[in-house]
Amino acid sequence: MNTDAYQPHRDRYDEMLDANGAARPHWRPMLTHLRETSAVQMRQRQEFVRSQVLENGVTYNMYASTQGAARPWDLDPLPLLLPASEWSELATAVAQRARLLDAVLADLYGPQALLAEGLIPPATVYGHPDFLWPCRGLQPPGGRFLHLYAVDLARSADGQWWVIGDRAQAPSGAGYALENRLIVSRAFPELFRDLKVQHLAEFFRALRQNLTLHAPHDAGETPLTVLLTPGPYNETYFEHAYLARYLGFPLVEGQDLTVRGETVYLKTLTGLQRVHAILRRLDDDYCDPLELRGDSALGVPGLLQVARAGRVLIANAPGSGLVESGAIAAFLPRVCERLLGESLAMPAVASWWCGEPAALEYVIAHLDELVIKPAYPSTTHRPMLGRDMRGKARAALILRLRKQPRAWVAQEMVRLSQVPVISQEHHLAARPVGLRVYATANTDGGYTVMPGGLARVAGTPVAQMISMQRGGGSKDTWVLSDVPVSRFSLLANTITAKELVRSPSNLSSRLVENLFWFGRYTSRCDDSARLLRITLTRYADTSAMPARESALVLCKGLNLFAPVEKDEPEPKPDDAIWTAICDARRVESLTANLRHLAWTGTQIREHLSLDNWLMLNQLPLPPTTDARKKAGLSAALEYLDNSLILGVGLSGFAMDGMTRDNGWRFLMIGRHLERLAFMASASACFLHHGVDQGWHSLDWLLEVADSSITYRSRYRAQPELLPVLDLVVFDDSNPHGVVFQLRQLLIHLGELSADLGGDHYALADELLAVLQEYTGFELSTLEQPDESVLLALATLLGNTARAARELSDVLAARHFTHVGERSRQTLAA
Amino acid sequence: MARYRVTHDTHYRYDAPVALSRQLLHLTPRELPRQQCLDHRRQIIPEPSFQREHDDAFGNASAMLAFEAPHDELWVRTESVVEVFSPDPTSFADTPAWETVRNRLQYHAGDSPSPVTLAALQYRFGSPYGRIKRRFANYAADCFPPGRSMLDSVLALNAKIHRDFAFDPEATTVATPVADVLTRRRGVCQDFAHVMVSCLRSIGLAARYVSGYILTTPPPGQERLIGADASHAWVSVWCPGEDEDRWIDADPTNNLLPGSQHITLAWGRDFGDVSPLRGVILGGGEQELKVSVTMLPLDELPLNNATSDALAQWQKQS
Repeated sequence: MNTDAYQPHRDRYDEMLDANGAARPHWRPMLTHLRETSAVQMRQRQEFVRSQVLENGVTYNMYASTQGAARPWDLDPLPLLLPASEWSELATAVAQRARLLDAVLADLYGPQALLAEGLIPPATVYGHPDFLWPCRGLQPPGGRFLHLYAVDLARSADGQWWVIGDRAQAPSGAGYALENRLIVSRAFPELFRDLKVQHLAEFFRALRQNLTLHAPHDAGETPLTVLLTPGPYNETYFEHAYLARYLGFPLVEGQDLTVRGETVYLKTLTGLQRVHAILRRLDDDYCDPLELRGDSALGVPGLLQVARAGRVLIANAPGSGLVESGAIAAFLPRVCERLLGESLAMPAVASWWCGEPAALEYVIAHLDELVIKPAYPSTTHRPMLGRDMRGKARAALILRLRKQPRAWVAQEMVRLSQVPVISQEHHLAARPVGLRVYATANTDGGYTVMPGGLARVAGTPVAQMISMQRGGGSKDTWVLSDVPVSRFSLLANTITAKELVRSPSNLSSRLVENLFWFGRYTSRCDDSARLLRITLTRYADTSAMPARESALVLCKGLNLFAPVEKDEPEPKPDDAIWTAICDARRVESLTANLRHLAWTGTQIREHLSLDNWLMLNQLPLPPTTDARKKAGLSAALEYLDNSLILGVGLSGFAMDGMTRDNGWRFLMIGRHLERLAFMASASACFLHHGVDQGWHSLDWLLEVADSSITYRSRYRAQPELLPVLDLVVFDDSNPHGVVFQLRQLLIHLGELSADLGGDHYALADELLAVLQEYTGFELSTLEQPDESVLLALATLLGNTARAARELSDVLAARHFTHVGERSRQTLAA
Repeated sequence: MARYRVTHDTHYRYDAPVALSRQLLHLTPRELPRQQCLDHRRQIIPEPSFQREHDDAFGNASAMLAFEAPHDELWVRTESVVEVFSPDPTSFADTPAWETVRNRLQYHAGDSPSPVTLAALQYRFGSPYGRIKRRFANYAADCFPPGRSMLDSVLALNAKIHRDFAFDPEATTVATPVADVLTRRRGVCQDFAHVMVSCLRSIGLAARYVSGYILTTPPPGQERLIGADASHAWVSVWCPGEDEDRWIDADPTNNLLPGSQHITLAWGRDFGDVSPLRGVILGGGEQELKVSVTMLPLDELPLNNATSDALAQWQKQS
């Protein structure tokens, strides 16, 4: 591609070209590579990156779409390049800043010498909503407050890097940086190798090792670390699930944890399991509703007491958000001298806390050169560029500053450096860039800096601030190396043969419940899509009136149609069918069930393989009412077909893509239980209808049970009652048959009971009794059946469906009851 | 001097069993120069599965209890025997002009605040129920004219709140924002204490929220009713003089300065820091809560009304 067309802006530092327009040495191989790449090849790479992002990003969209605006992660194919020499300085400075902020936290939650010596104004601590009073005096394990720290950097026109923001409570983005790396390194595989790009895995290993080392535990215990997420509604939930899987930590929500005495436990299928370390993505004040914010159900009641007792490591320590304050950042140079005896290696941009009268006057006099930010990040105001504030807005801003000076900080504006991006027109364009760099506490007592980071580029060439929410994009960051890079990846590990895990004991109860429901929804969607397809095809065929009638009766009997209120007219069959297929507002509709399936899928995200997940992301879309106007009911056929294909795919994954742990067993129990209830009800309904109206619909009962082919290959004749009932009900080799479901359920319950101990098999006693009624059933009585025999079989089938539902209740009571029940606060004066 | 036995009952009944409950208690009277807790006992039904005492960030004794077996009631009874002395009225004599105190609480780069000032600064800034807002400063302004002494200014604000606000237990809940209380001018002792704390902080002073008990006097000729009392709340404002660590208590609900009829349990920035019983429960369904407090004088020693003493002192001065 033509790289000469690149037009950097003169007044910014350009990452690729020097002041004379010549390529900087560390960019030369990349430029050469770009020149040798044809426009078509470049377009392909761009497309590759886009499609990779979309595939992973869809997961991001799916949950976010429940809240409205969602945008796929915007990733530019070109990485930001940094040479080894420059990086080592940067990394040293970031590590120092992490050490410094850790020491600041230890002081402010401890002796508060910084306040007593006047180095930090008390207002920035005592007046800060993120200063958690109950955490005063709390001693975190190993004395560490900060385990994962992020800093936002910007490079000014003279080439100097500046700190423009600190992220200390639960920094986000490290997972996105990792994802960017996986994609971009595959877009430029040769270049990635030749440039000796430093790998990221070492960083995550340091994070994990440090948590494990400092996690308080008793002799003989292997520390269990969990990743605590606020849940799927959080905007970075995708990243939580992603990191949890990468780091090998169970992903848990507050309700998965419980405090007993002074120990925090994970609720698992096998009972309570002690948690030793929590990597949290939950904000500070949500961690413990007993001592912190009482109006939130996201946290774990009693967690602070566990921390106070030194029985759990929380990363970062609750209250760490305090040092994100721009007000404190303004005082760091002297604080660094005092606490570390070093001068601050990387300057933060000059900043002024307006709580000092002199600073306030300076800020008002120099508004045009400054960015005005809230001093306390939890307030809702966004940063403002002083120079953009004109006329009334400016007067209003000044009034606000004067009214509540302590709430505001002003920062010198950095003219961000620029990098080349591949524009939508497929050529190089210059965009302002900022870099978020991560540091993790390591086992040597210092900090390891991730060699790379999340580069964020602005959406326009002139932007001064970068925000992912407002049209910005991201880049991978390549830190080049002079020496061969470590081949370490998280796959190579330190697990000994003795520590091998075959069956995870820390499956959370919530995960298990969701797996169970995932199984049930998979079967439910599959079965109802099949029945609706049959109904639709029969419905169109006017020559088969009795069969059509039976189909409608069955749909009603299986509650596929919405219940009709007493005084309401019966809806037209057309509308009832359409609603049963497409109307998401009806809980019994296929569309609603598919959505439940997808939602349950997000809850078990970290348990699904990527391919499984991608499949779930390609949920078929229901036809529009316009489509119905054009093509009538048959407009829904394709939707039904696609739903069935999805069902087949998910079944395949369940059989072939999941390890046989107890989570899988619950998924399978859910599948068989749902199908048992469905097939037993369908067969019972069929028998009742047949006794009343005659046997017009034997062929579609076969179809409902997906057994037409089997029947034809066995009998090569028109369906007859005895062989149809045998195949659909009694034949234990038919995966859609009633008896097959019973046998499978008994097998899975048996394995569960063997593994969990106790009397799970007792749950199955009634199922076993039911099964014996089928195996003892004299099939010859169905040769020339009289009505009483058929009705008795219908009753047995009805009882079977009921037993299935009862089993579901028993399992729920035994394993899942806590889900959905939230703790709440009580206050007495 | 007065000596009391205080019985404080908190009784929850739950519709459905509570599976798990944790409670944080602030029910132990503080040790103070003019208050001594001679005896303190706690009875709890059901038996807690876990108990831990610790001093909170504000120096109050607090207790953490956990109940890990299903239960359908929770009954916490504390009995305390407490001796209280009235403050020496002369100790209020030399309060400085209020601006002097405000200036001492301001930050100047490089200043090292004294430990006492730093301790006072903890109660100088906004908290969830102690807000810093122009409205509160405006409301308090006429009580704090230039140069007026701290004592006179605080008494004036105390009286103003007492005059302007109606006692109305139906008007507010523990969740009512203090700004709403200022608008509607109704509430209970907690609300008035929050309004006063907000006013004091909004004009630049340091003010604590105090949780405790007050002796109520039965109507003439009637017996004292057992359990008819409730917990009480008032404020304490930093007023350094010769004694740097001097705080003056003020009770806007009763327009008086607490003396030997007030018992201090705990103090913090606001109710949220020191609520007597704060809990999180799992399960329980509907719940019914009954709180009763009985404060019985234990001996025949004449009760000093510190307030009238202080007021007399104040009137003499002015």
